[in-house]
Amino acid sequence: MAELRQAIAQLRKDYEVRISDLERRLKAAEHKPPTTAATPPAPRHPKTGATAPAPAAAPLPDPVAPPAAADVAAAPATPPRATDSAFNPAISLILEGIAAGYSRDPETWRLPGFQAAGHAGLPPEGLSLGHTELVVSANVDGWFHGQATLAVHTEDDSTDVELEEAFIDTLSLPAGFGLRAGRFLAHVGYLNLHHPHAWDFVDAPLPNQAFLGGQWYDDGVRLSWIAPTALYLELGVEVLQGGQYPVAGDSNDFVGGAQNYYLKLGGDVGTSHSWQAGLSYLRSEPSGRESGHGHDHADEAGEHFAFTGDSNLTVVDVVWKWAPDGNPRERNAKLQVEYFYRDEDGRLDFGSAAGGALLPYDGRQQGFYVQGVYQFVPRWRAGLRYDRIWSDNALAVAENGSGESDDDLLVESGLLDAGRDPHRYSVMLDYSHSEYSRLRLQYTRDYTLPEADDQVFLQYVMSLGAHGAHAF
Amino acid sequence: MKRWILAMALLVAAPQAGAELKVFACEPEWAALAREVAGPQAEIFQATTAREDPHLVQARPALIAQLRTASLLVCSGADLEAGWLPLAVRQARNPAVQPGAPGHFLAADTVRLLEVPATLDRAQGDVHPQGNPHIQTDPRRMALVATALGERLATVDPANADDYRRRAADFARRLRTLQLSLEVQARGLRGARLVVHHAEWVYLFDWLGLQSAGALEPKPGLPPAAGHLAALKAELAAQPARGIVRSPLADPKPAQWLARETGLPVIELPHTVGATPDAVDLPALYGAIVERLLAGTR
Repeated sequence: MAELRQAIAQLRKDYEVRISDLERRLKAAEHKPPTTAATPPAPRHPKTGATAPAPAAAPLPDPVAPPAAADVAAAPATPPRATDSAFNPAISLILEGIAAGYSRDPETWRLPGFQAAGHAGLPPEGLSLGHTELVVSANVDGWFHGQATLAVHTEDDSTDVELEEAFIDTLSLPAGFGLRAGRFLAHVGYLNLHHPHAWDFVDAPLPNQAFLGGQWYDDGVRLSWIAPTALYLELGVEVLQGGQYPVAGDSNDFVGGAQNYYLKLGGDVGTSHSWQAGLSYLRSEPSGRESGHGHDHADEAGEHFAFTGDSNLTVVDVVWKWAPDGNPRERNAKLQVEYFYRDEDGRLDFGSAAGGALLPYDGRQQGFYVQGVYQFVPRWRAGLRYDRIWSDNALAVAENGSGESDDDLLVESGLLDAGRDPHRYSVMLDYSHSEYSRLRLQYTRDYTLPEADDQVFLQYVMSLGAHGAHAF
Repeated sequence: MKRWILAMALLVAAPQAGAELKVFACEPEWAALAREVAGPQAEIFQATTAREDPHLVQARPALIAQLRTASLLVCSGADLEAGWLPLAVRQARNPAVQPGAPGHFLAADTVRLLEVPATLDRAQGDVHPQGNPHIQTDPRRMALVATALGERLATVDPANADDYRRRAADFARRLRTLQLSLEVQARGLRGARLVVHHAEWVYLFDWLGLQSAGALEPKPGLPPAAGHLAALKAELAAQPARGIVRSPLADPKPAQWLARETGLPVIELPHTVGATPDAVDLPALYGAIVERLLAGTR
């Protein structure tokens, strides 16, 4: 019975659509406004109808005339508006440029106590392009969503294109389960899940640089589940190939060289506050993990250190956002804290043209950053950040056939902190002309080395194309 | 033993029996409409308050958690929620409310939209390719949305289909009666020129035959600038208007400045249910708008 009624309703709708379409064409042909005789979903009041000039008397449509009732119904000619871009994927392009100035020679940059690798390091001195990002995404069908991110970096003289993300997400698994496969940003902490153009400072905090090489993405699979509760609760596990820093080697394992487990909670407090907290544990067994940025070691006759052993990283993150009555247009604030703890146990292999050496190594390294950003008037935001990393590494030389002294090897490994905890203070001010453009000024006082460094950055971040929704 | 089995069966069945239809409404007007059409049994979650700007909502964990268990979402559509809803829906992984599913109801899809831009360029400000999404201030369109929502509820929850259709028809009738009487009250306003803060009153103007005498925002979504306001003041001197319309959400300062300069009254209108104390539900919203317009332009 209900089906029949529905079918009739559908039929009626179809006819209404056709009739109003015909009327529209008629109107176009005759250059005169539609008459109120159209099948009216909302009937007009006779009085207001009477006040309107007769259509035939007015050759030009009168702006004061009341609209015909049919005018408020859905236009039949328009395509369905359910998706944000019909059948084309949503495409957005991020343009970023940086001007950087340092009081210290940026070539001397390193993090005492840590073997930095990946994208860790300072933006090039002077003018440079930052991340140019092309993001393409769309629902594949009712089951899958796909996204790819191409990033173009300029490093030294070469321009590299990197595929940072290329993944599919399931949309319709039952009971709140979700599966992601492909290359994606690992669910380690908070900032690592956000693209650099969504960051509040020009560079990544020290712990992200030291433990994740700036930002870590990898190939793998993520299975996660969201609880059916008013409190947001997500549990997930990722198996990752682990081919690159902070992992390396064992990439031919069926379940990958690294497994990451995470828990995420979140909710609102009143209408003005919302929060999110996360805990993640990355378990990996790097094999032959080299450090350095390539150019750091190029002039040292092929000398390199490679770590093999266990590496476990725990990250805790908390984000708190405030907007009066939930409306961030005038003022809003964001407080963000992450703490990292890494436990490594294994050995370093030193190799050079002259020979090799073996260094047993047991390290415990920690770091955190805390940052706050406040929008004090529309368009203007100010931010403060403090970041610090410290290490407690036990390192010795067991075998030495390299021809270098044991002490030299220990120093060159980079794992001795020389009594220093690298830390920095940063302040930033940014201006957003619209939600698609941002100009930023940042000053950082950097205490990673005995001689402090004054760093000044000017940055622009622009997004073109599809309205990119940002995760919390 | 039998008693035990019965008790266990009751325990297992209890959550299903208690689980009513759960509606996720993006804005207060859709929560109000859902309350009218879905009836008292439905659980309605309102994602944003009347104090929130629907353009600037974030895909907060609390919203994702609510979408995870919703059986129907009711939102404006036409890209008003583009900054957060697609992401939140995807992250909630709830097949019932994915785009294309019956549980994904966008009000803008059921009515004809105005201000569909001929060209798309962000230099024009925050433009919506499908047209202006702020449809809720027109009771004629709201009546159409009510009917469509009744049909949609009938699809999502066929067991109560007749109830939904009946409530939708009743409410649409109530709105039409109200619309007609308000049109009579507001007939003196036909053709009146009014300055607006944001381009969110197009449908109200379309309904009552009002005319826009310019906007305080130079381009949609961009804050009013001094140069633009001065130009607007000059225009108004040449072609007078009867008032300045703003929602309680908009920054009061630009409207106050223009009011001082031109002597025009500032008319604060509720843009949605709950925006002002008198707009307690949808019929009250339309009543409050007309009453405040009449009082303001007297």
